[in-house]
Amino acid sequence: MINIAQPQKAKSTASRHPSGDQRFKMLDATIKRHQYQQDALIEILHKAQELFGYLENDLLLYIAHSLKLPPSRVYGVATFYHLFSLAPKGVHRCVVCTGTACYVKGAAALLAAVEQSAHIRVGETTPDNQLSLSTARCLGACGIAPAVVFDGTVCGHQTPEQVRDRVNDFLGRC
Amino acid sequence: MDLSELLEIADQERSAQKPLQIRCCVAAGCLSSNSLAVKEGLQHAVTEAGLNDTVQVCGVGCMGLCCQGPLVQVHRPAEPEHPGILYEQVTPEQAPAIAASLQSNASATTQPSLQQGDLTHPFFTRQRAIVLENSGKIDPERIESYIAAGGYQALCHVLREMSPAEVVTAVTRSGLRGRGGGGYPTGLKWATVAKATADRKFVICNADEGDPGAFMDRSVLESDPHRVLEGMAIAAYAIGATQGYIYIRAEYPLAIHRLQLAIRQAQRLRLLGSQIFDSPFDFRVDLRMGAGAYVCGEETALMASIEGKRGVPSPRPPYPAERGLWGFPTLINNVETFANISPIIRNGADWFASIGTEKSTGTKVFALAGKIRNTGLIEVPMGTTLRQIVEEMGGGVPDGGSAKAVQTGGPSGGCIPASAFDTPVDYELLTQLGSIMGSGGMIVMDQSTSMVDVAHYFMEFCRDESCGKCIPCRVGTVQLHQLLTKIREGRASLADLELLKELCDMVKHTSLCGLGQSAPNPVLSTLHYFEQEYLSKLVHP
Repeated sequence: MINIAQPQKAKSTASRHPSGDQRFKMLDATIKRHQYQQDALIEILHKAQELFGYLENDLLLYIAHSLKLPPSRVYGVATFYHLFSLAPKGVHRCVVCTGTACYVKGAAALLAAVEQSAHIRVGETTPDNQLSLSTARCLGACGIAPAVVFDGTVCGHQTPEQVRDRVNDFLGRC
Repeated sequence: MDLSELLEIADQERSAQKPLQIRCCVAAGCLSSNSLAVKEGLQHAVTEAGLNDTVQVCGVGCMGLCCQGPLVQVHRPAEPEHPGILYEQVTPEQAPAIAASLQSNASATTQPSLQQGDLTHPFFTRQRAIVLENSGKIDPERIESYIAAGGYQALCHVLREMSPAEVVTAVTRSGLRGRGGGGYPTGLKWATVAKATADRKFVICNADEGDPGAFMDRSVLESDPHRVLEGMAIAAYAIGATQGYIYIRAEYPLAIHRLQLAIRQAQRLRLLGSQIFDSPFDFRVDLRMGAGAYVCGEETALMASIEGKRGVPSPRPPYPAERGLWGFPTLINNVETFANISPIIRNGADWFASIGTEKSTGTKVFALAGKIRNTGLIEVPMGTTLRQIVEEMGGGVPDGGSAKAVQTGGPSGGCIPASAFDTPVDYELLTQLGSIMGSGGMIVMDQSTSMVDVAHYFMEFCRDESCGKCIPCRVGTVQLHQLLTKIREGRASLADLELLKELCDMVKHTSLCGLGQSAPNPVLSTLHYFEQEYLSKLVHP
């Protein structure tokens, strides 16, 4: 869900202190629901990323403090798993599936099409913060390969032209 | 809840069925082809045509032929042996035409504007549904639908009529082997955990289907989640556990949603929780979401992840059966393995053992994809040949091409050349061919696919996914990947090829866990069968 769904846009300027930001309240509720158990760390990181869009250092420290875990452990887990992002994402997201079925059916050409038209590489975000490009190992949508996820919606049987049009759309070009 | 109440729910559900059912696939494949709008369109068209009393529109799980989605099937519950009519690539605009066809004699009507599927095609007729028996027939979001199909009766039978030891014996006699890839005898695993003495034991369902090209576990969870829960509950009773976890990939949001729903429904009817079927047996199931790490499919890494740590594997022994989650004996099985349990209890171990081959009993679900006409999900008895699967069921390579190889088992597997397509599929024979059963992904490759590229692709995967704990895997996969890049770009010499072989051997035999141990397999199998492709890319002195 985290990889594919569009995260809520971070309200960047608001106070990041627990007292000021409503999202910390929701995070606290999740932590409480897991009874402050340290083994629920991954679930809590998922929730935090869903709320804030990405996991910044302050947020990781806050979680470490709440669960009474060493920050190194929380940072270690957050960096180990691919779905957790320590950097903010763009407004739109494009995830190209690079599973074997998509690979055989030309996922590389789709990826190249996005990279060329948006001038970014995998894992990067455009300078105007409009589009983030990433890859997925396998969406399990092999029946409709090659597949690309645009803003959480899986689209099958994609061609480089379709993908290019979509990217131009996101970037506000005609 | 007792048996009579369960049967009453089933009766109620069946008597509420209308004479005609329009089943619309709402599993992930068809959903991404807009099947939800099709379903709503059908409901609207049925209401418009005034057919609400006789026609029921229901969302069902995967029907198998994913490439032709969205799929819609017209079915008469009164004639269960009749296959009904299958419509392919249905658009919401076609809904009125389907509704109109129902008003006349549905089985005879053909609407020219609709694309009708051929249910007599080997793709359908060669299948034998055990794991997928309810898939595409029941509504995965309603427990009543599963109960009406005979669900939870096996659990009731086990709790009332069988001792834990008898359950283990039944599973052992069925010959069921782990469907996650290794093919370890399930009964033996259950017996080991059952024998262990401890205060607590755990059951884990491994739903971290990370192999690229495999989607059968996702499909089972989306189409029939209760079957997995029932299988886990039976396992828990057999080994003496009271807590279960389903470790599922976060990349499968629909499967997660349906599982959460299924757990809540089962708890509400007290089919999970305490004193199930008024017996002293308690069983809880919790979901644990993965966060995108392929190595977490490995059981020791998976347990570390459930404990909230980095998903790094640890050496075995001790095996999870002796010391697993938080140090307690733990049973880990794959989704498809659990899905086989309730049919085994219901129909008997001998029935299951009579299907398939001598050493590989039962059926296997395969995800057919790649350069093949009919992509989708199939369930065939073990022992079906690759030729039957690829050429008859899959319809061969489109556009007049011919199949060059089939890749099975994902990054841990290998490529099987077309010359070996007459091999019956079972655990041993695939291993002899240098591949593995794996979780069941089958990617068909045609003449345009370069085998060096394929090996390079899988090595890149393993390099990226290596957890980095042990050196052979962390460094070896990088080196292998670099060598393959060199070969692919035509910069390598014969000495590099020798080095590649040596390194493969080293990584295979010295890595800590399955990821590293099997990472060289795609290279070794392509080298074995397609060495000429490697040689032709070398720099000749």
